Order: sequence, then structure tokens, then C-alpha cells
Amino acid sequence: MSETTTVTQPIVVEEGETRPGYAGQNVPRKEDKRLVQGEGVFFDDVKRHNMGYVHFVRSPYAHAKIRSVDVSKALEHPGVFGTMTGDEVALLTDPFFQISSPPGAHLKDFCLAVGKARFVGEPVAAVVASTREIARDASELVEVDYEPLPVITDAREALGEDAPVLHDDAGTNLTWEGVYEWGDLDQAFAEADRVVKISELHFDRFNSTPLECNGALVEFNRGTGQWTIITNNQFPGFAAIMMGPAMRVGLDKLRFVTQDIGGGFGNKITSHPQLVACCLLARKLKRPVQWTEWRTDFHLSMSHGNERWFQDTEVAVKEDGTLLGFRTTALDDAGAWLRYEPLGGVIWAQVTPGMYRWRHIRLDFKQVVTNKAPVSPNRGYSRMQHLWFTERIIDIVAHELGLDPVEVRKRNYIKAEEMPYETPNGCIYDSGDYSKMLDVALDLIGYGELDAKRADAESRGRLLGLGIGSTLDSGTNNFGQSRLINPELQFSGNNEVATVKLDIFGEIVVTLGTTPQGQSHETTASQVVADILGCSIDDVNVRAGHDSYWNSHAGFSGTYASQFAVTGLGAVKGATDMLAGEMRKLASVVLGCAPEDIELAEGQARMKANPEAALPFMALGAIINANNAGLPEDLDVTLNCRYVYRPPFDPPDVERKYGNLTLTYAAQVHVAVVEVDPETGVYEVVGYVAVDDCGKRINPQVVEGQVMGATAQALGAATHETFTYDEDGNLLTPNFYDYHVPHALDMPPLATGNIESPSPFTSMGTKGMGEGGGAGIHAVCAALQDALSSRGKPIVYDSCNPYHRVWELLSDPEASRQRVRVEAG
Amino acid sequence: MEGNGAHRAVETSKTITVEVNGTTYEREVETRRLLVHLIRDDLDLTGTHVGCDTGNCGACSVILNGTLVKSCMLLAVQADGASIETVEGLAEEEQLSSLQQAFSDHHALQCGYCTPGMLMSATALLRENSSPSDEEISKAIQGNICRCTGYWNIVKAIRAASGQEVTE
Repeated sequence: MSETTTVTQPIVVEEGETRPGYAGQNVPRKEDKRLVQGEGVFFDDVKRHNMGYVHFVRSPYAHAKIRSVDVSKALEHPGVFGTMTGDEVALLTDPFFQISSPPGAHLKDFCLAVGKARFVGEPVAAVVASTREIARDASELVEVDYEPLPVITDAREALGEDAPVLHDDAGTNLTWEGVYEWGDLDQAFAEADRVVKISELHFDRFNSTPLECNGALVEFNRGTGQWTIITNNQFPGFAAIMMGPAMRVGLDKLRFVTQDIGGGFGNKITSHPQLVACCLLARKLKRPVQWTEWRTDFHLSMSHGNERWFQDTEVAVKEDGTLLGFRTTALDDAGAWLRYEPLGGVIWAQVTPGMYRWRHIRLDFKQVVTNKAPVSPNRGYSRMQHLWFTERIIDIVAHELGLDPVEVRKRNYIKAEEMPYETPNGCIYDSGDYSKMLDVALDLIGYGELDAKRADAESRGRLLGLGIGSTLDSGTNNFGQSRLINPELQFSGNNEVATVKLDIFGEIVVTLGTTPQGQSHETTASQVVADILGCSIDDVNVRAGHDSYWNSHAGFSGTYASQFAVTGLGAVKGATDMLAGEMRKLASVVLGCAPEDIELAEGQARMKANPEAALPFMALGAIINANNAGLPEDLDVTLNCRYVYRPPFDPPDVERKYGNLTLTYAAQVHVAVVEVDPETGVYEVVGYVAVDDCGKRINPQVVEGQVMGATAQALGAATHETFTYDEDGNLLTPNFYDYHVPHALDMPPLATGNIESPSPFTSMGTKGMGEGGGAGIHAVCAALQDALSSRGKPIVYDSCNPYHRVWELLSDPEASRQRVRVEAG
Repeated sequence: MEGNGAHRAVETSKTITVEVNGTTYEREVETRRLLVHLIRDDLDLTGTHVGCDTGNCGACSVILNGTLVKSCMLLAVQADGASIETVEGLAEEEQLSSLQQAFSDHHALQCGYCTPGMLMSATALLRENSSPSDEEISKAIQGNICRCTGYWNIVKAIRAASGQEVTE
């Protein structure tokens, strides 16, 4: 199924040395043995004596004043250990630090609602009891007196003069705005032969719904004042800097522990409010507390993806389809709180021009708050919305000007020979060959037989369409981009940590700072280590998960935003190179030669000239750790090497909004073929191809697994998955009954392909990847527009197209066509 | 001081006996306790997972008296006297079953959260149908949600475990 069309050299595992090894091979996953036996340890598997179960009392109103909260009846209920309310929280904690510049900076966000509830499902109080069931029962006894307020569920209405304001502290629902402009728009539109105007496009609200919901087991050590938080938060570095100041404690008081995590996809970054509530309860009630989020609670309250409207778009185009530039307004719906926002207001700019060469771009980003669940990162975070938009432009332009979408792409794609390519806003696309990827994809889908397939479908009363989605997965953030949101912020660069040591009996032990959720870090890290040390991957013990006490983490540690292959493995390589150097140095002292005379191979340190003179790793480990008398005083060897990988970044230019925002740019070209029943709008994806390029692949099977997963999530988002609210702010899809994620029978036949364009900016040529699903959302949109073209040329204007929306396009194509106008330039 | 900290005995409880993976357990449970919580919290067999609260996701799938069930859709008391198989019972003497091995070989799991339920559904399928088609496999795991893999490799692994050829 997989096709590699470019073969690159074996990976360079040591400076100046190339040798084939585990890197690039599909080795069995180290994680699998425990997971297929049900012996993984997820947070909810951990128990403590006398622990209490936390249940949150949640607001049934989308917007309401909280007049009073009475917990007395709940406290009387047998088995209840205690409660907590917003009033207590307001005394015990400070509001969470806000990333935003004013007015968003003024929001006062606590772990429980204080004074006002702003979305259905917002935690208002917490109850702790001896069982999950009793906690739930008792939470029903908490009496909250609400005064309902007018509700905003549509971002477009949030800016109205009479709109109710969610946060009086901000004084407006427009919590952040930034105008981005690069190039010369006037010139671009003056040069244009055609101006394509698109009044409004909509990227829908959904998320990746990891199968394991959020949660934690929290213990408070009264003697030391430290909390141990056994959780599935996927970005402990971020959680810590949010929680410490709010709880008025230093970061040493917060110990995060994780082993296995049941999927994350970005949705488990912003659980810090609930973790603070658990910390306060553990301290107050003098017992461990356990919180496992219910599925309905997850849907109601956690981590929705950013919903975005693209308004008043104008595209400058030459007669031949050359794209010069565009201008638009992006209206982003953040929901009720800015938990990770407004970072979405700059993250999109990592991929400002998409894959295309246009140089003149203006985007006015407006983010508003509404009475819906707070948004936070979701696989493809913020770039997915923007890339869907740029892809929509390509296909609408092609559609309206009668051009071939393949030709328009090829004409405008950044060319392989232009790499590394500096985008209009200073990002450096490291490598890639987008046209070639498209060729591979079209070949795999059987593009040559498209007309015959169309005719065949027609003979069966079906409309067949083909659509392309070509996107980028920018990885390894330069956190300096946060300064484009708020110049006061003191974040920049990025880092990740690994520690590699050799222990007494020759055990190689690797400790990561990351929090994998299925990305196979134990496996790929062992591949890198084994290649450098010249041993078997079976000899490499990679600790599962994350623990602050391991001291193998830094400020940005975690697993998010497509970076492990660069930051995580970069740290692993750095630490292992250090260890290898120390092992050579130690062996040279013992064997009486120079370190350069020593090689590491077959689990030994041996003299290159005389392989018989060898020390097994066990001897090296034992000498340093347990038998070190007589070693030279100046021998600087610990065999315990900690390395902090730091990517090469400069802070961006805040004035010009200019600079490299991520280190690597993996690419995806996906093609979908759909068949539509014109009578009903029901359609099926009948063929699908995903071609990816993430540079050097350490483990191709793991990479393909990420591609498959991202594709499946894209198909779900494109066809069914939506967080829909009624006008009162009730979520209509609060569980897996109403929120339909793909099931096995929904999956189309899939072919994958890849090319490898090694990144010149990373030590192993790797690129971060895993978030490439946005390509699939667009591919389905484009395929639908192609399929329906013969029925009045409707315009696909929404990222999510359930059958009813397709039926609407079929039954009233003109309504959608009202959105598009082509004018002479 | 809020609450008295004591867990008073609940009158609506019942003593039940279940056999799980060949071991017999006797437990007093609240009559409203879900079977999945008996398995996870009272018997400490935490391989069986919870992924939803509506019976849709299948992470809690177990085999009860030979029939595949979602253990969140049964009360523990309904399992009184039953023989239950969970994921912990699939491997023998640390030797993975051919199905478990196939899941690893074909990268049919990533985070591993849905995997126990998938394995139980597939086990039930292969007992009834030793040579299922891809369509039959997909239908058999239709009640199991996986958010990581897109199911393609799971279907392939189950097919391989049945001894049928799969394309790489």
C-alpha cells in the first residue's frame, strides 16, 4: 500500500559517520506488549487508599449570574467528604495568567465559575465522595440560584452593539484583534486580471475526541506542601506555568506524573483548571482525590476546535490562474474562555501562504468570546482552519474561472528548487516537492481513468467528484510567535529534554520529557539510541511516560504540535552522543589508549585496532557507579547525560510580524473521490489517497499510522462531526450518540504514499508530523464541489458537509453561489 | 468540618459471585454499580476501559458467558454467577495470543486505549467465523471506536490473526 518514491541515504547517526541501523526500519513497538494485555497504566487505573471521587456541578445555563451556591444538603449526604465553590476558589487562588494583550488580558478565569457561568457545562462547584456514584448523586443536591442572561452562540453576533458582553472585565466580546499584512496588496489587485470575491466561508467547530477523557489522581503531601498529579495532561510544562501562579506556589510544588495516555490530539492541553480544583480539594479534604471526566462532560466543556469565519475575501488572480494574493477577515470563535487563546491568532501564520507562491496577503484576525465551550488546540490547531481556507480559495477560483484545479495548484505551488523558501512573513519552508507529491497522489488514485469512473457512476445514478487537499504540518514552534499576540510576553524558542544513562549492570536507561499518547516515543527513541551506541534496541530501556521527579523536562516539555521527531529525538540524540563520548573516554582510560581509538559496537567499547581489547557496557557501568576507586581525578565522566535540545530560532520581529515561526514544514497531498446520490445528498467517500512528506522517517510504520489516524479524523470532521448549539447555548452533540465519529464501516479504501525530503535544519533530517488531517477535510469539500458541479455549480462553503447540507447545495445551488462574485481586475 | 468522612453502608447492595478469566470472586456491590466499575474498581482488572457514558465506544467490551457485551451496559448484579473473559485473560503464560501479536505486528494500536475492547470483539468474531472478510471484520468492530488508527490496520491485523493473507 505504501510507496516510497525517493530513496535517501542512510541516516547520519554520528557526526562524520554514516551507518545503517534501526533508523528507517519498522521495528516492533516497545509499548505494545503491555497495551495488548491491558497492562498499560492510564491515570484512572491508579488508586489510593481512602481516595475521594470528584464530581463537578455544571451550569445548565449558557449565560447566567450565580446568585448563590448552597452545598449544605450535599454535605449531609452519606459518603460525601466535602465540597468546593467558586467563592472559595476566588479566595484561595488568583485568576489564571492570560496570554492575551488587552482587552483579553483582563479576563478573570478561575477553576470554578466565580459570579457568573458562561457556557453550559461550566464547572460551578465540586463534590467529593467515597464513590463515583455518591459524588454524582450529591452534586444533584447542590442548590445553585441562577439568573439567566441573554446568550451569544454566533461569533458574528458577538460584535453587535446590543450584544450581551460575556466578560465585564474586558468590556467587549472582541478579546483580541491583529491585522497582518505583507507584500503590496494595492499592487497585487492592480496587476490582477480577475478579482474573485467570496463573502463568507465557515470552518466548523469539532474536536478529535480522544477515547480516554481527561482526569487526574491528586495527592497533597502536607509535610512538603507538594502535590503529586497523576494525570493525562499532554503539556505539563504549560499546565505548570498556568497552575503555579494561580495557586500561589512555585513549580517545585507541582509534580506531574503520567504513564499511558488514551489519545490527546491537543485536546488534553488545557485541563489545568480542573487540575487546580483537584489540588485544592486534596489539600482541603486531607485525602487523595480522583477525577475522571465523563464523556458528556468532555463534549460539553473541553477543548473544542477553533470555529472560524472567513469574511469579505478578495483574491487577486491573473488570467492564466497565477495567484497574486488575497485579503480577508478571519473571525474566530474562542468560546467562553481564553484557555490557550489567543495563540490561535498567530499559529495560523506559520503557514500563511499555504503551499503557494503568492506574496501579497492581508488577514485581519478577530477573536471573539461566545457562550460556548472554550476552544483549545486540536490536531492541526489553527493552521488547519487557515489551510482549509486557502485550499477553498484555490478550488473556488479554479471552479469560477474554468481552470483545472490540478493545473492551478501546479502553477502556484512553491517549487522544489526554491527550497528553503522564505514566505511573505519570514517563515522558512525547509524542504519539499509539492508538485511531485501531487503527481504521486494522482497516480495512486487513478486520475487517468477519472472520466471513465465518472461515466460509470453516472450510469448508476451517482455524481462522482474528485478533490485535492494540499496542506502543511508546521512543527517545532518558535514560542516567540506569542509576542505577535502580546509584545509583553517573555516566551521564545523551544526545548525538550532527554536523559540517557548507563547503569551498573549495563542497563541503558532513557528518560524523556514528553507525554506520548500513542506516538511510539519509547520505540523511536530506542532506535536512535541503539544506532549511536551500537547495541540492540532490546538493550535500550525507555521509561514510559513523564514524571517531574525524573528531572528530565524543561519549560516546553510535552507532546503537542508536531515536534517529537525534531525536539524529542533531537534531545535523545544529544544525550546519547554525550554518553557515547563519555563511554569512549572511560574505556580509553581503562584500556590505555586515546578516546578516538575506541568504537562502540555490539554492546561493547573496544579498540578499533584490536577488537579483542573490549569492555562490555556492563563493565563501564559498574566502574563508574560502583567501582570507581583509582580513577583519574580529572576524569569527567558520569555516564548519566542530560541534554536539552534547543532549536535555532530568533525572536520574530513584532512590528513587521515577521520571522520563522516553526522549524520544519511537513507536507500532505490528499485526494478524495466521492459519489453523491443527487436525490438525497447522501454521499460516500469511495477512494482516498494520502501522500505525505515528513523528511527522514525513523519508523515508517509509525509515520503511516499517524497519517492514517489524521486522515480518519479529517473524514469524520468533513462529513459528520460537529459541535452544534441551539440558540439557548445547549450543545446538541454532547456524546457519541449525537456526535458521530467514524466507525470501521465508514472507512474508505485507502492508499498511502510518501516522498522523503530531509529537513536541512534538523540533526537527523526529520520533521515533526502527525497533524496532517486538514488535507482530508478539504479534499472532501473539493470532491463534493466537483461532484455537484453539473447541478448548478454550487459552492461548498462549510468545512463540515453532512448529507443535509449537500442536499441543500443540490436543491438550491444559487443560494451558495450568492457567496461568490468574479470581477475584472 | 464538612462531612463525617464515613462511608455508611448502603442498604441497596447485594453479594454476587463472578468468575473472571478463571478466577472466582465474591463481592458485595451496590445494585446500581455498573459491571465495568466492578471489573475495574473492585476487581482491579483495569485493562477494560471506559470511553463514553452512552454505550457507544466499546472500550469496555468483555465476553460474558460466551457473548460479547459492553460492560458499561450491564449492572454488576446482572453478572451474578456469570463467567467473564477480559483482555487480561487473552495471553497465556505471558505468551501473546495470535490476535494480540497480530495487533502489534500490523501497528493496529497507537495509544492502546480502545485496544482491549477491540481485542475482545475480534476474539468473539474469530470464534464464530474463522475466516472473516474485511467487511465482516469491520462489521464486528462497528461497536468499537478507535480515534488513533482509522481502523485500517485493525482490520488488517484481525485478518492476519485469522491466518488469511494481508497485503503490506
